[in-house]
Amino acid sequence: MVTINGEPHDAAGQNLQSYLQDAGFDLSRIVVEKNLEIIPRDQLSNHVIQDEDAIEVLRFVGGG
Amino acid sequence: MIDQKTLDAAFDARFPHEIKDKLREAKVAIAGLGGLGSNIAVMLARSGVGHLKLVDFDRVDVTNLNRQMYQIQHLGQPKPDALLDILNHINPYLKYETVFTKVTADNIVPIFDGFPLICEAFDKPDQKAMLVQQTLAQLPNATVVSGNGMAGIGNSNAIETRQMMRRLYVCGDRQTDVGNGIGLVAPRVAICAGHQANKILELILQEGNHE
Repeated sequence: MVTINGEPHDAAGQNLQSYLQDAGFDLSRIVVEKNLEIIPRDQLSNHVIQDEDAIEVLRFVGGG
Repeated sequence: MIDQKTLDAAFDARFPHEIKDKLREAKVAIAGLGGLGSNIAVMLARSGVGHLKLVDFDRVDVTNLNRQMYQIQHLGQPKPDALLDILNHINPYLKYETVFTKVTADNIVPIFDGFPLICEAFDKPDQKAMLVQQTLAQLPNATVVSGNGMAGIGNSNAIETRQMMRRLYVCGDRQTDVGNGIGLVAPRVAICAGHQANKILELILQEGNHE
């Protein structure tokens, strides 16, 4: 099982970028951390989600 | 003109020496000098943070006056220069650096290297995401305090500070988007800026974060 933002997901084996896109995330507005390491946007497609990965996805909104 | 000894004496009376010294030795960079960044800089200067780096590519516009620290006399000036003027009127004895340029993935290291604490205070969500991911990826010793969600009026208590990743703290309600037509208004922006500045002070006073 994979943990994404604290919730269990059956996502092992999927490409990280494809998974996030299919989940509805706008890749230009998110920051992704996998197993405590930041994965920059241009490297998301190089990662395949593994069983027991812990992934955090933070979505930004506008304003400052 | 008040001298440094008099200012320091007033500061010493309110803080134990060890706190004052840690704040004075701290280095904080602020990326984006709009509603969040200009308020954060003023609060950190008032708190005696010794070295602030002020980064923005923009000039002061009349539409900024509803929530940013700038005044009519600053219209048209580069924001780093205008903010430097304001800070020098609050405490001229701290070290301020200004950078008038647009931050990209390619200049993150030269701008922010050597600053263990970085405030993300941009306004556009793609720029916020770029800064946070590139800073954390390229600078392994940096901790980022980011603002995310402070548009509109009311619901002050929805704005909170949370550690979201190993080296990332996020302040805001994480929901209200200026793109939804609710606008940015001074109180909520200042509340979020206060959260960010307060977390920075807390991190400075923790061991190992002040150098």
